[in-house]
Amino acid sequence: MKNRRLTTVILMAVALVFLSAVTASGYFWKEAALATDFSRKDLSPSIAFLFGTDWMGRDMFVRTIVGLSLSIRIGLLTAAASAVLAFLMGTAAAVMGKKTDSLICGLIDVIMGIPHILLLILISYACGRGFWGVVVGVSLTHWTSLARLIRGEVLQLKESNYIRIAERLGHSRWYIAFRHMAPCLFPQFAVGLVLLFPHAILHEASITFLGFGLSPEQPAIGVILSESMQYLAMGKWWLALFPGILLLVTVLMFHFIGQGLVRLVNPGSAQE
Amino acid sequence: MKREEKFPVLKKEGQWRAFGLFAGKQIVRMAALLFLVSIAAFFLLSISPVDPLKTNVGQAALGSMTDEQIAKLEQYWGVGVPMTERFLSWAGDLLRGDMGISLLYRRPVIQVIGEKLSNSLWLMAAAWLLSGTAGFLLGILAGKKRGGLLDRFVTGYSLVMASTPAFWIAMVLLMVFAVWLKILPVGFSIPVGMSAEEAGIGERIVHAILPAAALSLTGISNIALQTREKMVEVMESDYVLFARARGDSERSIVWRHGIRNVALPALTLQFASVSEIFGGSVLVEQVFSYPGLGQAAIAAGLGSDVPLLLGITIISAAIVFAGNTAASLLYGIVDPRIRRGGRKG
Amino acid sequence: MDKTIEKQGVPLLEVRNLSVSFTQYQGLFGRTRLEAIKSLNVTVKKGEITAVIGSSGSGKSLLAHSILGLLPYNASSGGEILFQGSLLTEKRKKDLRGKEIVLVPQSVSYLDPLMKVGNQIRNGRNDQEWKEKEQAVLKRYGLGEETEQLYPFELSGGMARRILISTAVMGTPQLVIADEPTPGLHIEAAKRVLGHFREIADDGAGVLLITHDLELALEVADSIAVLYAGITVEEGRKEDFKDEKYLRHPYTKALYRAMPEHGFYSLPGNQPYAKDKIAGCPYRPRCPFAAEECKGSIQGRQLNGGYVRCVRAGEV
Repeated sequence: MKNRRLTTVILMAVALVFLSAVTASGYFWKEAALATDFSRKDLSPSIAFLFGTDWMGRDMFVRTIVGLSLSIRIGLLTAAASAVLAFLMGTAAAVMGKKTDSLICGLIDVIMGIPHILLLILISYACGRGFWGVVVGVSLTHWTSLARLIRGEVLQLKESNYIRIAERLGHSRWYIAFRHMAPCLFPQFAVGLVLLFPHAILHEASITFLGFGLSPEQPAIGVILSESMQYLAMGKWWLALFPGILLLVTVLMFHFIGQGLVRLVNPGSAQE
Repeated sequence: MKREEKFPVLKKEGQWRAFGLFAGKQIVRMAALLFLVSIAAFFLLSISPVDPLKTNVGQAALGSMTDEQIAKLEQYWGVGVPMTERFLSWAGDLLRGDMGISLLYRRPVIQVIGEKLSNSLWLMAAAWLLSGTAGFLLGILAGKKRGGLLDRFVTGYSLVMASTPAFWIAMVLLMVFAVWLKILPVGFSIPVGMSAEEAGIGERIVHAILPAAALSLTGISNIALQTREKMVEVMESDYVLFARARGDSERSIVWRHGIRNVALPALTLQFASVSEIFGGSVLVEQVFSYPGLGQAAIAAGLGSDVPLLLGITIISAAIVFAGNTAASLLYGIVDPRIRRGGRKG
Repeated sequence: MDKTIEKQGVPLLEVRNLSVSFTQYQGLFGRTRLEAIKSLNVTVKKGEITAVIGSSGSGKSLLAHSILGLLPYNASSGGEILFQGSLLTEKRKKDLRGKEIVLVPQSVSYLDPLMKVGNQIRNGRNDQEWKEKEQAVLKRYGLGEETEQLYPFELSGGMARRILISTAVMGTPQLVIADEPTPGLHIEAAKRVLGHFREIADDGAGVLLITHDLELALEVADSIAVLYAGITVEEGRKEDFKDEKYLRHPYTKALYRAMPEHGFYSLPGNQPYAKDKIAGCPYRPRCPFAAEECKGSIQGRQLNGGYVRCVRAGEV
């Protein structure tokens, strides 16, 4: 039997290194990503230009890395915002009494009732599109499932003996929530947070692709793919293929980290 | 001892009344949620710094409008009128079946939605059915033998699909089948230069193949993963252990216990996944320039066509809620624990 | 069939030195073997009930699963199991289970929640013969015909237990393994359920009754095997439990004294967990007769017509 736990940790480390490298390179290549050179335009992939060049002679590899770097940062920001929102909403629903509970549950139902992309379009529109449209939109639409999970978890915790004792000792609801419940919730929360990244990144890319997100001047991955659309029919396949694959790999890396965390947090599932 | 001797009496009448009540509650809930959605959407579009009137006055669309229409528009967006009042007048119109006039298409919103929806509905229904069936079968096969070759393939495929934006899958399909192999059209729902009346059913189907395939390929992953998870759970359950102890073969266990216990959650999930299929269709329609509801939503959002965007939100939310309600009702009818016991299992 | 079966003395089922262990993670990367059953010995004769007594966590259910070949994939087992005098291989387990060897599981969760009870008793067979048989079996256990139309969630505890027994008697099993058939039942109902197993044994099959309740087991069993921390510490006849002096192992004696009619003396301390590795006799830390030699390896031996695994048995 292979030691799966060791494999998991190694895989997580590799994923982490990859993601950090992409994110960091984005800073260094910011200028290079915008550099145009018409003497080298429309080159198909080669050793010098791994992902080829576009109609303005920009290096697609550099553009992709910088775009991904931006996407990862937005992903981290929005996933973190969503997770915090989920934590607050979930805990509030569970501890603040019946009225708050039904209010928050109703809100979750409403958010889940509007197709995700459409809600993103609405929120982005409400924020006047652009960077904040994406950040607010993705943050406000991704907290619902995790909030439900946390709400269930807190409700269960509330029934447990030591929380009841704390209640009898006269501690306030918020004190109990943060002092006694938060530590128990942390693993769930951490896993939920990491598993939010892939969704956040994909939705950021999608909404930008549709034209509601980051502005065309920024080399965001959604912008790159959206621009490549016009050149697809001309057979410039590399403009869309490689950035897409790299986006896929990035999102997969987040999945691996999330799944690895699930395995380490849950000893039961590590036994397989 | 006394409790043991008493058999739970099956009352057919009571069952149906209980179900009627359950169904009624679900439908009331759906109406209430729809109302809340319309408030939320109206609120979001109202607070936008993108002033619809200003933006639209600058647009060609407004130029072709009569003074009366412009006057109505001003009154409609009521500069200086409180939001609640504006909402009430809009909601009042909505209840009478009037969703206003689309600024981009210069036609009643309801007409635009009807036309676009009939295009999208094809696509979404095909993808819904295909991804549902394929995902269910793959999930059963994968979950049957956890850790097996097939399981790894299905979970791997699902993970990759879940990590890819639907529009990129659409782009890859387009590159391969339309640009490289040239066996399928690049986009639109009918051949370029042909009017809607001229296009035959065959041409429409050919144009829908790639978008439907892109939607189905991405739609499979969710249902396959969930079905697999449930199937694994079933195969590790006490009752499957007991079936093995009774000498049942694995094949008979899958048929007798596996499918029976997995079908209902899978069907529920598929009904509840209408929202995702819709989201996917927005992206895929954009790639293929397919004139459906999703593309209309994008056009409305980019062109500040607020009445159309509101209308599409309401209609799509209604479709999503209808899917969810159908799922709950289905549970009520099929699951004996709810049908007979009046409680959730 | 093998002639030896007919011979006196060849038991229906013989479990010799059975062990079952799991691999578990320890710390972040370390792994350790967890021995849930260390050395289990038990014998079942035709027409008799043998009760295996052990408190929860002593690996009782794993015994049933080993005999049926249903151990989870991360488990490995040692020792040997003989059925009708010959080795029970994995293939033979597969062929015999559900036919010669049947399981009566412990709770309603072993019934498919979405399938009507009747279908489950017949295990999917819908011919007239089996339908009639099913009705006869339901009647035998005092259940009405309409029971077959119920779903598991509609059954009371006692009904569920009788349905589970019904599944066992639809065929003609040689060995019936009953895994904890009484918990949660009212004392009268529990006694009645055990009575049903007595009937099955009286009809000629052997019954392996796995339970934590010595008192109830003594109502119906012919012989008793006592498990402690995954080890059979004693095997004896029902008659041995008439008086403490016939009992061989200090733990059995303690169990005896814990019974209400013998004073209700509860034993201090707890059984060790499978992860606590104790050299020698696992009962040593709680045993009033523990001596230096108890720290060594303990061999099982015959004593007064029974089996015991204690170096000091007979002396104290």
